[in-house]
Amino acid sequence: MEQIIILPIIIPLFFAVVMLLFWNKVHLHKYLNLISGLTSLIVSVIILSFTISYKIISLQVGGWVAPFGITVVSDLLSSVMVVITAIIGFSTALYSIGTIDNQREKYLYYPLLQFLLMGINGAFLTGDVFNLYVWFEVMLISSFVLLALGGRRGQLEGAIKYVTLNLLSSAIFLAAVGILYGIAGTLNIADLARKIPLIDQKELLSVVSILFMVAFGIKAAVFPLFFWLPASYHTPPVAVSAIFSGLLTKVGVYALIRFFTMIFTHDIGFTHTILLVSSALTMLTGVLGAAAQNDFRKILSFHIISQIGYMILGLALFSPLAIAGAIFYIIHHIIVKTNLFFVSGVVKRLKGSYLLNEVGGVYKYYPMLGLLFLIPALSLAGIPPLSGFWAKFVVIKAGLDLNQYLVVAVALIVGLLTLFSMTKIWNEVFWKDDPSGDNKNVNEMYESLTTTKKFMMYSPIVFLALITIIIGFYAEPFFTIANDAATQLLDSSLYINSVLGLK
Amino acid sequence: MFSVILSTASKYLLPLLLIFSFFLLLRGHNEPGGGFVGGLVAAAAYALYFIGNGVGEAEKLLKVEPIKLIAVGLLIALLSTIPSLFVGKDFMTGIWLKNNFPVVGKVGTPLLFDVGVYLLVLGISLKIIFSLAEEDK
Repeated sequence: MEQIIILPIIIPLFFAVVMLLFWNKVHLHKYLNLISGLTSLIVSVIILSFTISYKIISLQVGGWVAPFGITVVSDLLSSVMVVITAIIGFSTALYSIGTIDNQREKYLYYPLLQFLLMGINGAFLTGDVFNLYVWFEVMLISSFVLLALGGRRGQLEGAIKYVTLNLLSSAIFLAAVGILYGIAGTLNIADLARKIPLIDQKELLSVVSILFMVAFGIKAAVFPLFFWLPASYHTPPVAVSAIFSGLLTKVGVYALIRFFTMIFTHDIGFTHTILLVSSALTMLTGVLGAAAQNDFRKILSFHIISQIGYMILGLALFSPLAIAGAIFYIIHHIIVKTNLFFVSGVVKRLKGSYLLNEVGGVYKYYPMLGLLFLIPALSLAGIPPLSGFWAKFVVIKAGLDLNQYLVVAVALIVGLLTLFSMTKIWNEVFWKDDPSGDNKNVNEMYESLTTTKKFMMYSPIVFLALITIIIGFYAEPFFTIANDAATQLLDSSLYINSVLGLK
Repeated sequence: MFSVILSTASKYLLPLLLIFSFFLLLRGHNEPGGGFVGGLVAAAAYALYFIGNGVGEAEKLLKVEPIKLIAVGLLIALLSTIPSLFVGKDFMTGIWLKNNFPVVGKVGTPLLFDVGVYLLVLGISLKIIFSLAEEDK
């Protein structure tokens, strides 16, 4: 049974290989991509249900025992992240069919997407710090190519910033892995969780933990390391920026949560205070940056940063409720943010631009699209009863419990400013009249789409909006899972026992 | 620039280097060598041939597109993980056949995996080399 947890890594690899085998039959790729997305979704839900009923599942690849071999572990946090990845992978598969041009398909867009998903799933499922590094690389290399594919001027400019900063972060990550191995003599996460408390050199541990914090902080786009994100995320095609904005930064957040709950808890007063300060500044700078923007996708990019702040806030508060809140926040945010990017792509097709002053009047003839925008937008801002409200509520409640009134105030203000940004988009894109004076004015890019392509473009938006509503109205089970995941993280004995086979 | 010496020599060196790459591949499990090094040596053999005779000739000699080699290599490596599941062992556990074979020695899934790596490395190196060579023209 435990063999199944390797499948989220193997399925994308298998489909990517099949696509490469038939690399010149490009029209098959999109369907293979869709099948892969569907299979991954089914498998990941099975894994989640196994993990809920059997607690933590671990697999020693190749049969080599735990601290020495390659360990794959699925605890609740991992399996939830894998399910979300599969949902986003599936939605992006649909959306790509509707929007990706032939040129990109010919240059192996779909196999790259599969390799990206393989890297992300690997990062979520691995139980070993060095393997985490390897999966980060798999993910990053695919993302580099996806970002630059198409080779337009703006894209390459964004890609250079993205690649440079991410390579820097990988170098820091690798150095930190080396030092950690020098101190602890092991890189298996379960083994580390067991051995770190026994190490005397606390100062050295703090240094390593800061190195990891910087490395993951760059990937998660935390203040003051976020500058690459708004410089690059608005440049590739929408399907790509949607999957990037949903998943890639969240891998960084996942790694931060994993490391700063299970491994580096030797000096919470030091490490988690840094996280707390940086989370507040992340929220603020992100939302203020968004307020200054005039480009649909740039506004959304800056809001990724401000929302990352809430997740880090949950981690920094470091109470069971706060971490549960952070996990719930990730679940909610990935779905909402991806959906908003999808909507921005539809608007671009309709009106031919991402710039707010060049578009308008969408609501007049496409009221349903307006509704589909409002659901994720209001959820992002935290309006009840949508999913964002519960996510913010839990994190803020945890902050109030710990008497952290200042960051709570920041979080509330940022929530308001988020609403301001979303209203701005609503006013400019949907409500005001089209600048050409004719609201019926529709770009030929949209008119030339076939009905199937339109369906493929709208269906993931509806799908993700439904999930947002379900999480909002039926939050209890999702919160229970987040809460149990937080418990597993804070009490690492279950994880250690499962991986190292101790009874 | 065409050189008769290099062109003639590369025709004789190609089979020799390929045989050497197979040797490295088969030697790999317990001694230095393996699919990665073997694949690199094989790629070097074709690269030498291309320097001597031009990229068109080298592509003709290879017969398959490098990207197919990449795909087949990955597929073989992936398939080598399947037998472990049928035996009921952990994923990717090495399964060895009991008898030894002449020349090849012990046969098992790790060897299959190495063959996959060999093809993958060969394919990727040649893809890069040929792309750069065609860019040059």
